Amino acid sequence: MSAPEPTTGDTGTTPAVRMRGIDKAWGDNVVLRDLDLDVAPGERVVIIGPSGSGKTTILRVAMTLERPDDGTVEINGRHLYHEEKNGKLKPASEKHIRSVRSDVGMVFQHFNLFPHMSAVENIALAPVKVQGRDPEQARQQALELLEMVGLEKHANHTPGQLSGGQKQRVAIARSLATDPKVMLFDEVTSALDPELVGDVLEVLRDIAEDGKTTMMLVTHEMGFAREVADRLVMFDHGRVLEEGPPAQVLSDPKEQRTKDFLRAVLAH
Amino acid sequence: MSVDPRMTDPVSTDAPRTPATGRRIGGIPVTIGGVGAVVFSLAALFVVWRFGGGSVRFEIRETRDPSVAFDWGFVWAYTPDFLRALWVLIQATVGGFALAIVIGLVLALLRRAPVKLLSMPTAFFIEFVRSTPLLVQLFFLFFGLPRIGWIPESLRVWSSLATLIIALGFHYGAYCSEAYRAGIDSVPKGQWEAATALNLGTLATWAQVVLPQAIPNVLPALGNFLIASFKDAPLGASINVTCVLFFADTTASRTFASVELYTMLGLGFLAVSLPAAFLLRRLERRIGYERT
Ligand SMILES: Nc1ncnc2c1ncn2[C@@H]1O[C@H](COP(=O)(O)OP(=O)(O)O)[C@@H](O)[C@H]1O
Ligand SMILES: [Mg+2]
Repeated sequence: MSAPEPTTGDTGTTPAVRMRGIDKAWGDNVVLRDLDLDVAPGERVVIIGPSGSGKTTILRVAMTLERPDDGTVEINGRHLYHEEKNGKLKPASEKHIRSVRSDVGMVFQHFNLFPHMSAVENIALAPVKVQGRDPEQARQQALELLEMVGLEKHANHTPGQLSGGQKQRVAIARSLATDPKVMLFDEVTSALDPELVGDVLEVLRDIAEDGKTTMMLVTHEMGFAREVADRLVMFDHGRVLEEGPPAQVLSDPKEQRTKDFLRAVLAH
Repeated sequence: MSVDPRMTDPVSTDAPRTPATGRRIGGIPVTIGGVGAVVFSLAALFVVWRFGGGSVRFEIRETRDPSVAFDWGFVWAYTPDFLRALWVLIQATVGGFALAIVIGLVLALLRRAPVKLLSMPTAFFIEFVRSTPLLVQLFFLFFGLPRIGWIPESLRVWSSLATLIIALGFHYGAYCSEAYRAGIDSVPKGQWEAATALNLGTLATWAQVVLPQAIPNVLPALGNFLIASFKDAPLGASINVTCVLFFADTTASRTFASVELYTMLGLGFLAVSLPAAFLLRRLERRIGYERT
């Protein structure tokens, strides 16, 4: 086999995310094995796969919440965990990691909103504290984002006063506030009551339609995946089992394990 | 999840509020309040140290009237002495607790240090201090330490009041450090991760995310320690700190008015502890918030 090729068909442009040879294990539990994955700028990749196959871990690696045991991650052509010195890759300083990480944002399954701040404060925090924006401007922008997710009336509510679906929409607005080029979504509707899922998917659809944000989404919502994904990636045991356009993977999977997985998910 | 009725009032969206602030106490963000408390503690410690009265002398001015069951006149006559002794006790408590707040912070930071050579001995020291009685620590500092020849004299020979303040400072400092640690640990991992995902720096993560959530969890414990240290401070009588217990003991041995004297003592404690406890409960309620 030749050296790993970028898994997208794009030509020459620098991938928004480029992962090479990622290994991650906890003790004997090998979670990611020699994983390669590329995501093109503006591309929307949906990751599916059985529980425990490493979907969350790969997003967490891209967000620097989990340091890989081996391998490299590049965000828009810049190494995330390494710095190049004299042509050699050296472990990156915290400063370097921060600088590259500013291109990445993440939305969590359990929201992780700051409970002591109102919705608008949650959203304006990073623009003010990370980007040094004017507080009043940041607040205005936060209100606009809240309007985008349909929660302008809840600006001064704290997370404790919001429903799960509202919290998740605030969390999405919060991660958009610093305009990251790459957005990671880890099962953002899994913790929600079924009737609240639609509003959140609606917001994700808006972001997807905008087309300027690169999105990596882990989800079990297959209808949604078919609709917004450019590419569907099926994970199994910490590897990419198969991938392709969603219509093809969903209706004509090549691998038996993908068939089994889809049957289980769709039955439920 | 039960919803606190105070939190469900409709909130108008146009009320001007500055973004990105933590919970406030009387308009002061809780983080600034916390840092302020430490600075204030250091200042209080300095004032007690520098200007606090040393020992007080108690004179016998009146004896008990044996014809009554409870001699109010005696109580009245000795109230000024009692108040002076109470003042000594308050100085010891305030000084000792101010020291404890700072020592606790240092211990908590050392214990979190990534270097085992620092964190392990600190953990041992905290356990050791917490599992030995304050009275023993007091005796060690007052009778034992001055005999350790190789320590410079200025560091081993202390006045009675200073010894009590130092003992309270270390004893409750050990407890405070555990409270700080519990408060920090009570902030869920997801909060740190959200801070990372938002690319907040270390300082902003602590100041905006962690401390505003940890401090409200720590305050009740600190308040209880403050009251507990006030109740422990009379142990200083055993090393001749002229506090209320010393006053009652010495005066009782000369006038036999034990009932009156120890009643004064009890009332004195009540008069300080009750309002303090009340204020603390109020403070706790003010900074509590609905958790998600
Ligand atoms: N912090 C951790 N410590 C130990 N094991 C972990 C940790 N995080 C994840 N794992 C393990 O990694 C495996 C993959 O987890 P995850 O990436 O969350 O899978 P998925 O999101 O696909 O369900 C699981 O077996 C899980 O137990
Ligand atoms: Mg997962």
